[in-house]
Amino acid sequence: MTSETARLPALWSDYVQLLKPRVMSLVVFTAVTGLVCAGAPIHPFLAAIAVLCIAVGAGASGALNMWYDADIDAKMRRTRGRPVPAGKIQASDALTLGVTLSLFSVMLMGMALNWLAAGLLAFTIIFYAVVYTMWLKRFTAQNIVIGGLAGALPPVIGWAAASGTAPANAWLLVAIIFLWTPPHFWALSLYTSEDYAKAGVPMMPVVKGAASTRRQIFGYSLALIPVCLAPAFTGLGGVIYLLVAAIGGAVFLLLAWRVLRSRAGEIPGERNDDGLYNVRTTSRDARNLFAFSILYLTLLFAALLAERAMGVSPLELLR
Amino acid sequence: MSDPNSESEAFARARRGRNIAIALGLVAFVLIVFAVTVLKLGASVVDRPL
Repeated sequence: MTSETARLPALWSDYVQLLKPRVMSLVVFTAVTGLVCAGAPIHPFLAAIAVLCIAVGAGASGALNMWYDADIDAKMRRTRGRPVPAGKIQASDALTLGVTLSLFSVMLMGMALNWLAAGLLAFTIIFYAVVYTMWLKRFTAQNIVIGGLAGALPPVIGWAAASGTAPANAWLLVAIIFLWTPPHFWALSLYTSEDYAKAGVPMMPVVKGAASTRRQIFGYSLALIPVCLAPAFTGLGGVIYLLVAAIGGAVFLLLAWRVLRSRAGEIPGERNDDGLYNVRTTSRDARNLFAFSILYLTLLFAALLAERAMGVSPLELLR
Repeated sequence: MSDPNSESEAFARARRGRNIAIALGLVAFVLIVFAVTVLKLGASVVDRPL
């Protein structure tokens, strides 16, 4: 953690930055998909409250992460502008905000929706802030594999909020995000590994090397695509979903194959300073997979939402 | 050297902004709890053992 003394006046917008709004938007999107796919009758206002609680809970996790990781964040180009390392907000204020919002979001979820959803939300916050941030991230190269569970849980929280249950189909959505996380993050870390090494974070390319990371990216991609296809056969997705999952999955595998065949992550200084996507030639394949992985996950969940909105029947019901 | 008056003014302006944000957040929370209570209980609020 950095110094306790904030040197600049903290604006309210700096506190919003503590909540990681970009991560929050993906969490909200997947949670809404879970909530809608549950197909349970729920008052629109209560549905909005459920989404708000999940968003605030995710934001609270982000604030707790920025409190604990301020020392790491200060050493990495991607994160050194965050409010705590930048000296705008005291680390203890980030902790207070994180704990307060965690309690409010879980309590409101329990009182307004149900305690299964509240329990899953509490578990997610604790898993991200304690298990991932305080332990796994600094301890093992499997940090983002196991820690990815926290980012994968929002659909089942949304499902539970709407229906009070957490059936297999909800966990299938969790499995998709869980298996998607390693290729997504490792593709990024292939061309940002210098930063992670400097900060002492044992990311896979730092610990096992670029070649091993590329092989594992391909392995996880092979495991991911069948799981992405599965909802089309379990009563969750319809023909639109199947097409998106199959075509997008083929592109995903092609890009992962290109990463496997490339030399991404082997030459130091592969990333230019201006942004996540501006990389040198050797890491273009890794950059492409990273960018496409975000698009693929978004399209998968958007397809499920679109089918529900259009009333497309899941394939299983057509038999 | 920076002017200490303008610096403290910047801190005061930032604090006012934060206070307004907290006030809006608390008002929103109160309204949400009220709305959820009405929704969850609805007409049943009078249908209870006295």
